[in-house]
Amino acid sequence: MAAPKKGRGPSGGQGRPGRALVLILIAMAALTGGMFWSGHTAPRLGIDLAGGTTITLKAKAEPGKESAVNETNMETAIGIIERRVNGLGVQEAEVQKQGTENIIVNIPKGTDEEQARQQVGTTAQLYFRPVMQIAVSEPATPPASGSPSAAPSAGASPKPSAPAADGGEGEKATAPSPSATTQGRALTDGLREAPSPGPSGAPSAAPSPSLPAPALSPSTDPTADAGLQGRFAALNCADPKQRASIKGAKPTEPTVACGMNGGVWEKYLLGAADVDGKDVDDAAGVLDPERGIWKVQLEFNDKGAKKFTEITGRLASQSPPMNQFAIVLDGEVVSAPSVSNAIPGGRAEITGSFDQKSAQDLGNMLSYGALPLTFEEQSVTTVTAALGGEQLRAGLIAGAIGLALVVLYLVVYYRGLSLIAILSLGVSAVLTYTIMSLLGPAIGFALNLPAVCGAIVAIGITADSFIVYFERIRDEIREGRTLRPAVERGWPRARRTILVSDFVSFLAAAVLFVVTVGKVQGFAFTLGLTTLLDVVVVFFFTKPLMTILARGRFYGGQHPWSGLDPKRLGAQPPLRRTRRVSVPTEPKEA
Amino acid sequence: MSRLGNLGARLYRGEVGYDFVAKRMLWYGVSILITITAIVGLGVRGLNMGIEFKGGAVYTTPSTTVSASQAEKVAEEAAGHDAIVQELGTGGLRIQVSGLDTEAANSLKDEIAAGVDVPVKDITAELVGPSWGEQIANKAWTGLGVFMVLVVVYLAIAFEWRMAVAALIALIHDLTITVGVYALVGFEVTPGTVIGLLTILGYSLYDTVVVFDGLKESTKDITKQTRYTYSEIANRSLNGTLVRSINTTVVALLPVAGLLFIGGGFLGAGMLNDISLSLFVGLAAGAYSSIFIATPLVADLKERDPQMKALRKRVLAKRAATASSQEDGDPDGEPLGGVPQGATAGVVGPRGRRGRSTENRR
Repeated sequence: MAAPKKGRGPSGGQGRPGRALVLILIAMAALTGGMFWSGHTAPRLGIDLAGGTTITLKAKAEPGKESAVNETNMETAIGIIERRVNGLGVQEAEVQKQGTENIIVNIPKGTDEEQARQQVGTTAQLYFRPVMQIAVSEPATPPASGSPSAAPSAGASPKPSAPAADGGEGEKATAPSPSATTQGRALTDGLREAPSPGPSGAPSAAPSPSLPAPALSPSTDPTADAGLQGRFAALNCADPKQRASIKGAKPTEPTVACGMNGGVWEKYLLGAADVDGKDVDDAAGVLDPERGIWKVQLEFNDKGAKKFTEITGRLASQSPPMNQFAIVLDGEVVSAPSVSNAIPGGRAEITGSFDQKSAQDLGNMLSYGALPLTFEEQSVTTVTAALGGEQLRAGLIAGAIGLALVVLYLVVYYRGLSLIAILSLGVSAVLTYTIMSLLGPAIGFALNLPAVCGAIVAIGITADSFIVYFERIRDEIREGRTLRPAVERGWPRARRTILVSDFVSFLAAAVLFVVTVGKVQGFAFTLGLTTLLDVVVVFFFTKPLMTILARGRFYGGQHPWSGLDPKRLGAQPPLRRTRRVSVPTEPKEA
Repeated sequence: MSRLGNLGARLYRGEVGYDFVAKRMLWYGVSILITITAIVGLGVRGLNMGIEFKGGAVYTTPSTTVSASQAEKVAEEAAGHDAIVQELGTGGLRIQVSGLDTEAANSLKDEIAAGVDVPVKDITAELVGPSWGEQIANKAWTGLGVFMVLVVVYLAIAFEWRMAVAALIALIHDLTITVGVYALVGFEVTPGTVIGLLTILGYSLYDTVVVFDGLKESTKDITKQTRYTYSEIANRSLNGTLVRSINTTVVALLPVAGLLFIGGGFLGAGMLNDISLSLFVGLAAGAYSSIFIATPLVADLKERDPQMKALRKRVLAKRAATASSQEDGDPDGEPLGGVPQGATAGVVGPRGRRGRSTENRR
């Protein structure tokens, strides 16, 4: 960069090109150093390039509660999903919000995708509902014809198959034999009062305006609803379609539900929700050190404690299976413990034939399952590492070829000037790469396929800025100026054009980034970033370098190969100043 | 190369040139024709929406010995739907099944894996619910609307409202043509296409802005002279920046072409291909519109301005006067006298203020 000082003294208005160059070189060194120091020497790759699974979920508010899809609830949901997914031992899964109502879950390759997806997929609302009826729903059972008597239990278990279509006979008469159902349950056989009375003991604190479930007090007989009774009879839980169809029941209404118990599907007739999963403060599967068994500990908030006291008191007086309550997650019964006495104080524990996994799973579901919103799977993309690598390679090859074509074109058209353009492109590439690498750990930026596309497209945008400037310089030369004034006079005009057009580009990228979702965002981000860097490079590298090189012999002398030869450019006579006599001043007539 | 350089110089000086502005009606006609074709194509054939918009599943398998037609049979039997199977450059297959929900699609993956004899874990699957595409499309429309409003406001401030309007029309023109090409050729519309389409927004305007910037500069003191009308200066400016426009377009198209022909060819159909295809079509349309549509439109709008009308009157009056006195010794020796307005190709004139200052000095 040593610019030989030529005889003609400092000409004004050139700023301090050396300083700008040093500045950008320091910035590059700092970024590169930071990259190596932080150990993130390559941009983090997105799922589509590295392999893994991406799940896009869309929040759905319940009818009448459309305002529930708000920032707070989304943040809560993200926190819950994150804990659930990472609670499974998935390493580095990310859960991000996109747009206002989407959540993207990225699960990297090498983790149990299936399980993670299930966990994410079942993220939903959790309710405690009283049990009215239970029956086995055998896989072998043919789809019920709708006639209640058409579903005789095929198994050996002595379940009455919910007869009594008229439903007027009362729940006790139609209730299945309790012993077989409840006692055989793998998960629970009882629910006891917590040994240690909770500090939030009495329902004294805050006479909470608890959501009343008055319409469904124990005296209400849900089985009196013939339609519901019919649905219960017709339900075949072994059929996934039927299972899916019964989901989404309103918490305030009785409903039917399915639950897997010891490998067998059971169907339930359930009352309205008494306690909301949101009222669970904390839950965990723990090992009882005294008894050496796994159990699930539950802690309710004040509101929940009050309601839980109520429900347990009510249920304890009932006979099986009406003394059970079902923990319903996403319309599916995950557990249905029975209650032997009222449990005040907001603390409870569920014991039963838990193993470590089932206890912890239930604990997880109880503490994280209470999402404030329901979510719908919008898209699930699973990319194998092999295909991701292939895509990345194809992208890089395409980029390299695109770059080579651009360089070739610049060399052919601009000759020596292309060297400046190529150096500038190089600086731009170094800045882009280091910043992308550092943004990975900083803001979770991940390079995905559209982002690679954005970077490739940006080659063109970056090169455009040089063309605008070079053409300006050449125009000035055509008007008869020598290089140094041409470089300086062309700059303010080129600068304005570059700024205006880059601003439009950046605006497009910013709008895209803000309003769009999914893959579009990665593209917009790269495009915006490279547009910004383009401005930085042109201002702090290309222009100063041009100024300095204009003082040198090759460019300054407007060598025929410099791309600035006035003769070749067809400069107009008279050339105002010639620096070297050897430069022909005669006009070259076209 | 020197010939090209010379052409640049001659274009710059206005020695050669094409009268884009005077022949604007021709180009408007061409554009209207293309636009109508595009709209008719869109109406008649519609767009071939990809899985991402209809809901369904796309499976990509690694290299397999099972043929595409066999795989199609497997997929159709398993899904009970029509399946589209393409062979990829890698020897793998791309199997598309539409109209599935995400749950059903997952179990289909296992059956396809068994059918084409590859391990399940090696199959890449993309399962899309039917409302996802709608959401993407809605967001894209919102983005389009927001961007257009912002850009019009910005251009109206940075330039003037006429240029903003012309740029917007050129932009809509580009989008229509691109969408029309998609409808007519039947390319599949995917989120990648949408990305490309939205990027055209920025890029088409980039070109237009470069041209307008030159136009703004060369018409800065237009009312202080009586030699050229706005249209003539606009045309001259357009010719002067023609090389720049062509170069920026070529340079922008080169990497996209790299993506399209190499990146896309490598993997068969896919994101890379989708983005670059719409970019390629849109960029080409954008370059065309910035030269043939946007600037002539600005000239058209400008000529309605009372100030410009007055200028035109003065210019014509002066020309009539010089024509009668013959040869008034034009400073640049350019054959201007007696030229009926708009008749010559590439009307010549000094470039902006500097040019005129030369003139004044003489």
